[in-house]
Amino acid sequence: MHSFGLLSAAIWAPILGGFLVLAVGDRAGGNPARWLALLVSLLTFAITLPLFTSFDTHTAAMQFVERVPWIPAFHIAYFLGIDGISLWFILLTSFLTVLVVIASWRNVSMRIAQYLAAFLIMDGLMIGVFCALDAILFYVFWEAMLIPMFLIIGVWGGPRRVYATIKFFLYTFLGSVLMLVAFLYLYFHSGDSFSLLAFQKTPLGANAQIWIFLAFLIAFAVKIPMWPVHTWLPDAHVEAPTGGSVILAAIMLKMGAYGFLRLSLPITPDASHQLAWLMIVLSLIAIVYIALIAIVQQDMKKLIAYSSIAHMGFVTLGFFVFTQTAIEGAIIQMLSHGFVSAAMFLCVGVLYDRMHTRDIQAYGGVANVMPIFASLMMLFAMANVGLPGTSGFVGEFMVVLGTYQVHPWPAIIAATGLITGAGYTLWLFKRVIFGGIIHAEVAALSDLNGREILVLGSLAVFVLLQGVWPAPFLDIVHQSVAHLLQQVATSKIPG
Amino acid sequence: MWIFDWLHGLPPIWVYLLIPLAPLAGSLVAGLGGWFLRERAHWAPIAGVAFALYLAIFVLLQVLHGQTFYGNVYTWAVFGNLPVHIGFDIDSLTAVMLVVVTFVSLCVHVYTIGYMHDDPGYARFFSYIALFTFSMLMLVMANNFLQLFFGWEAVGLVSYLLIGFWFTRESANQASLKAFLVNRVGDFGFLIGIAAIYHYCGSLDYRTVFAMVPSLVGQTVTIIPGHPWSVLTWIAILLFIGAMGKSAQVPLHVWLPESMEGPTPISALIHAATMVTAGIFMVSRMSPIYEQSATALSVILIIGAITALFMGLIGLVQNDIKRIIAYSTLSQLGYMTAALGASAFSAAIFHLMTHAFFKALLFLAAGSVIHAMQNEQDIRKMGGLRAHMPITYLTFLVGGLALSGIPPFAGFFSKDLIIEAVGESSLTGATFAYVLLVLGALVTALYTFRMFFLVFHGKKRMDEHTQEHLHESPWVITAPLIALAIPSLLAGWFFIAPVGLGAFLDSSLQIRAQWNTIGEIAAHWQGTGAFLVHGLESWPFWLAILGIALAAWFYLLHDGVPAALNRLLAPFTWVLRKKYGFDAFNQLVFVQGALLLGRRFWHWGDEAIIDGGMVNGSARLVARAALSWRRLQTGYIYHYAFVMIIGLVLFMTYFMIWRG
Repeated sequence: MHSFGLLSAAIWAPILGGFLVLAVGDRAGGNPARWLALLVSLLTFAITLPLFTSFDTHTAAMQFVERVPWIPAFHIAYFLGIDGISLWFILLTSFLTVLVVIASWRNVSMRIAQYLAAFLIMDGLMIGVFCALDAILFYVFWEAMLIPMFLIIGVWGGPRRVYATIKFFLYTFLGSVLMLVAFLYLYFHSGDSFSLLAFQKTPLGANAQIWIFLAFLIAFAVKIPMWPVHTWLPDAHVEAPTGGSVILAAIMLKMGAYGFLRLSLPITPDASHQLAWLMIVLSLIAIVYIALIAIVQQDMKKLIAYSSIAHMGFVTLGFFVFTQTAIEGAIIQMLSHGFVSAAMFLCVGVLYDRMHTRDIQAYGGVANVMPIFASLMMLFAMANVGLPGTSGFVGEFMVVLGTYQVHPWPAIIAATGLITGAGYTLWLFKRVIFGGIIHAEVAALSDLNGREILVLGSLAVFVLLQGVWPAPFLDIVHQSVAHLLQQVATSKIPG
Repeated sequence: MWIFDWLHGLPPIWVYLLIPLAPLAGSLVAGLGGWFLRERAHWAPIAGVAFALYLAIFVLLQVLHGQTFYGNVYTWAVFGNLPVHIGFDIDSLTAVMLVVVTFVSLCVHVYTIGYMHDDPGYARFFSYIALFTFSMLMLVMANNFLQLFFGWEAVGLVSYLLIGFWFTRESANQASLKAFLVNRVGDFGFLIGIAAIYHYCGSLDYRTVFAMVPSLVGQTVTIIPGHPWSVLTWIAILLFIGAMGKSAQVPLHVWLPESMEGPTPISALIHAATMVTAGIFMVSRMSPIYEQSATALSVILIIGAITALFMGLIGLVQNDIKRIIAYSTLSQLGYMTAALGASAFSAAIFHLMTHAFFKALLFLAAGSVIHAMQNEQDIRKMGGLRAHMPITYLTFLVGGLALSGIPPFAGFFSKDLIIEAVGESSLTGATFAYVLLVLGALVTALYTFRMFFLVFHGKKRMDEHTQEHLHESPWVITAPLIALAIPSLLAGWFFIAPVGLGAFLDSSLQIRAQWNTIGEIAAHWQGTGAFLVHGLESWPFWLAILGIALAAWFYLLHDGVPAALNRLLAPFTWVLRKKYGFDAFNQLVFVQGALLLGRRFWHWGDEAIIDGGMVNGSARLVARAALSWRRLQTGYIYHYAFVMIIGLVLFMTYFMIWRG
């Protein structure tokens, strides 16, 4: 595949654009900054589209590769490339950034230029994570991405934002430090290369693999997050502004899962098999334990945050049963969760903008005054429940089917998510949307405006499209997953 | 027939596609254009469903001429290297279901014009019921488990939306949530069943799976160590758990009575005629699997029989007209399920069909009564309506007689056939089931005519105001009643041979010779007339007559008797009024249990142990150590960034030295 520097463009356009927005600043009420940010995000999205249209689905090799030496002394390279696993997340990132810019149009009034710039810069950094094939480059993007998110929560967040940001930062930062150590170890064993592809080919002893796997596990488990290192997520979501929650849930949580696919499974295949039981147990705890916690939440954002953790449990479960159906299902689940969690947080944002509370009890009967909103949120709730015909179904269905092939019991336990997921989502919906109006504030609510309809409506299209016809989404990942499975099945223990 | 001529020119797949898509289009028009169409919103859904009925009749005629279809429309996804399709399986079973579903749906659509006339959610209601029709059609037309599951869940969704249609009512919201969750318990089993099929057959396609079934006989699966089960029994029971949810079999029946919170037209369409029979349809469709498991068939037989009698008994003590009919529906679904257990699939489908007609009729007639009574549903406050609403009265009577199994009404043929078939069965539990089903005949007639007499005969017990406004319903309501009364009267006589005895359905079913109960009955078949005469000499008929006589004695002649009986049988009626305690048990164990566990996990697990102990505990440790570094925490971002860069540099330096 030819390289026209598309990936670089996709990374650097929003970052440069972000600085441009900073330079424009809040003059003229912030409108120039808003339009510029929208333009930049649209441009980035446009840059990422050719990745999809000219993607070759018949190969598992890296495409759109760019490789130039960066720090030659340490063989660190500016090395980019994507395969079927990364492609969707790049598109998801650039698409959601557009939506976040639109969604933030009016509801952020303070320092709008800086706010939007943070999202644009983060857009580029996140795309960078999904493209990077050099460990140091990967690490730099991985850590740098935290800074804008840290600022978004810390500056534009809720009352307990300081606690939340520090918790968020410490968790994720400390988690990743071990990843760096693992990278250094791998560097010396791969014949002086930081290339992830070289890491994947490096033979490693059983013990070394276990240690590297655990180092990666801590970094990724925190990001996903997996039980028991998940408690930063509800706090971060509660304090984050809507846009922050959207990106956090839709993209950042996927980073950890992506890390498993790009690093853990291919680099430490033997350890992955050996510790698969642990991963399956942790995933099942996420599905069962976290879902029960989600049921009793009083804060809408917390509820959806816990629901995210439970849904990510299906993803990690799917990875560690090593069947094609389950891994593909897990990837589809990641993508679907990107749409659905973004939509759910945007829905909460719509209500929060009007009522300034996320307390479920402050609502009730919203459908009476906001019928369009209620209909759209019903669709997203159903996707969250995993109803066939929506995107939420496809991934869970495939993970359960693929898991059953090797481990019936975990599949059965995971399938209880069908019941608990319906429980917390629809009970939330019942208390917020249905019922008579008890609070006067609810009676005064106005339905969605055109901008909100545009944002939620475009997510609705994807939720339905992916549910009714997931084939094109899966076609992209087939070869890469098959290749990955082959890598995982091949022992790397020397001798 | 000439009205179908032009369809012969179309590719068959187009015709099949149009059947579900026509109601879907109607639903979209009414749903998206409702704000603009308002009281004209019914046209698109009705046109869509009417067109679907027209096509369904065409398809039925074609199937009668041997023109079936099995093929795919598009590839939904590829799992590994297994393609999963959206496609259609058009055979006799599907054709019968298509006609029943679209016919009842059309009647209900027309009826709704009158019934929901003043409701602010008029367009929304039409959008939902047309969407329901689409989903149900997708379910019965499926040629693979994925699409079956899609239809299965989609009808559940619409049911949820319609039970909670009046969303300002707390009771309606409670009922809809309960319906969804209980159904999800069933779907949980169903999903695992599909996963097991995928595992053992490597496919989700009906024909491929059925072709694999013989090779699975004798294979075992060990789910609980030390207890190997037959793979086919395991699959069959898992799928049946799904059917128990959808078709409301004990103990997953609890949602159906409460679904009566929804508007009456959907009680007729969804919670009597079509959706709740999806489980019956599914098991019949899967007959190649079920026939290989005597254990599964026995379980089905016993659960069906228990539901048939014990849910009917609850119907005796209910006073809400819709709830009585709802318990009756549970009981009748039990009959159908028992028929499945006796391998009398064709009898089950036959009863499904007659029941769809007479039960939809009873619900719609009840709706007509409720309408006239200004939304009063308590039969104790009715009485003497006969004079005011003659059409409703007569059609309700037809429905009641059909339900009670009085010849020559439709229900007699189908119910008697089921009882006969269960009598022929030699499976474990068949005798037990037979006794329950025969006794059920008495109970059915008793609750039906208790309701009938209290509503239409005797003194008028409503208040003056209501009495003044009593009136027969408009034609859009009575016309569907008449349209449904005709098949409730005639469908049994005409369809017992082709449908009930399976002559027409046989090509869709697979029944093993050693327990072919219907084949046994068919072998001794001497014509419909002889069956009718034979029926007059059998227990169920005389028990039904006894039931009607008792009802007449209690509620027409000596109205003191019920109260006296009530006192006499107080412990028994108390149990019935408590509905055997299922609701209380579920509330206490599952609802409270889940909430309690959730709170414990949250406060003890997440907050106390993980956050309190591990996270903040280590944070405190660090804080103490870092007391002296506090000055560094200036709050300026560039300081933090600076520190980070320093850190990175330190790392680099360290590793340079180490390397060197």
